Amino acid sequence: MITLLDLFSIAAIGAGAFFFLAGTVGLLRFPDALTRMHALAKADNLGLGLVALGLIPRAESALSALKLIVIWALVLLSAASTTQLIGRALRRGRK
Amino acid sequence: MNELLLAAAGLILFTVAVGLARVLRGSEVERLMAVQLLGTGGIAALLLIANATSVPGVEDVALGLALLAAFATIAFVNLLDADQGDAEA
Amino acid sequence: MSLLPYLDIGLALLVVAVAVWTIAARDLFTSVVGYVAYGLLLAFVWIRLYAPDVALTEAAVGGGVTGVLLITAGKRLGALKNVAPEAQPGLAVRLLTGVLAALVAGALGAVILMLPDPPPSLAPEAAAAADGAGAGLGNPITAVLMSYRSFDTMLEKMVLILAVVGVWSVGTDKAWGGAPAPFRRPKPYAPMVFLAQMLAPVGVLIGIHIFWTGANAPGGAFQGGALLAAMWMVTMMARLAEPPRIDTQRLRLALVAGPAVFLIIGLAGKVVAGSFFAYPPALAKPIILFIEAFMLLSIAAALPMLVAGPPSERADQ
Repeated sequence: MITLLDLFSIAAIGAGAFFFLAGTVGLLRFPDALTRMHALAKADNLGLGLVALGLIPRAESALSALKLIVIWALVLLSAASTTQLIGRALRRGRK
Repeated sequence: MNELLLAAAGLILFTVAVGLARVLRGSEVERLMAVQLLGTGGIAALLLIANATSVPGVEDVALGLALLAAFATIAFVNLLDADQGDAEA
Repeated sequence: MSLLPYLDIGLALLVVAVAVWTIAARDLFTSVVGYVAYGLLLAFVWIRLYAPDVALTEAAVGGGVTGVLLITAGKRLGALKNVAPEAQPGLAVRLLTGVLAALVAGALGAVILMLPDPPPSLAPEAAAAADGAGAGLGNPITAVLMSYRSFDTMLEKMVLILAVVGVWSVGTDKAWGGAPAPFRRPKPYAPMVFLAQMLAPVGVLIGIHIFWTGANAPGGAFQGGALLAAMWMVTMMARLAEPPRIDTQRLRLALVAGPAVFLIIGLAGKVVAGSFFAYPPALAKPIILFIEAFMLLSIAAALPMLVAGPPSERADQ
């Protein structure tokens, strides 16, 4: 018996996996290191967010669900900053 | 339901593997992106697998992974910075 | 039809592929990146083996701290780019090493494949013993570490201190007592400083949480300590803090606090509870948490000192 929450989870996780796929396609097809970095950071983080969203109904406690959101926020924060750092290193390396 | 979670995890792991193959063939700096890729994709797949196989306490592992991926990337970027010379930017 | 075996096979192949790539890498930087990736993937394998505590430790120590340690040491040696041809070992040595490594791997594989089913294990005995001595702890791994095998755990922390002393002793005589060199040139790029300022407080909170929850759920002092160490290193890498002078009292106290408290309580156990390293059953859980708190401090102090390296006589940049 698939409940409504299960459907929601499946939809969110499916969308998340799709975005991961899109990110990797971008990684393979984009012409430039910087654009590949862009695909990696944006698509993958969105995918992770959707996966975390889909897992929230299945969390075993409110604290676990909260941790899922914190995980996503933490990954967003660090990805945003580290892509800046890697991008700068890429730009300087190319000089 | 668990099967679907595992399928999603498998798909994400597959994209991570393909991404790794591409990224690790690039220039030195591009390989740093491998850590990012593994960090994000790895955490997603980890959460899915652990949820499907009922391993307890995996959110803490994912939190730790997120922190450590950032930490490792900062350390490596610092090193590249030192190697790339003194130009200030 | 379960997907799990296919997932496991795929994971195993990925781990092996990354390991091969790490070994085949031409320069140190590449192989360390591969090593960190390998550590992160191994955390997965541990989760599949239903060992979240080990997964956390693998990610923290194997993936994070050791990777940074290797890269910093390599940079210090100037070995990052290439090794001089004369320094490479000869063909005979390499062949011998390869053969020996293959023999060890083959022996391990044969042993695992020839294990009787169910395989013999000390786990039930350890769990039973830990249950008695570590009464009140919900996490059997912490009970085994801190109660059944408490002497081993204490000795491990002492080894960590010895390692720090070893690293410090590599510095020149003139530099003794000084501070290790800063982690990077001054004036880091602004996003790095921002990340350190945002990440460190959150990371410290998470590290302390993982330590505290280790009594009843996956976690513990070692994993929490490794995360705290990583956060301190993050602040030092963004030059928001500097490596301390190695002769400061606070640093040295922090380093020895863990094993010292452990040892004192262990010795006191002879008087209070009847034998060396025994805890009075009613107080077992508070005592264990007390010891673990000091161990947390020691690990969080020791690991960054290992990465920071020997004291340097450079004037402060």
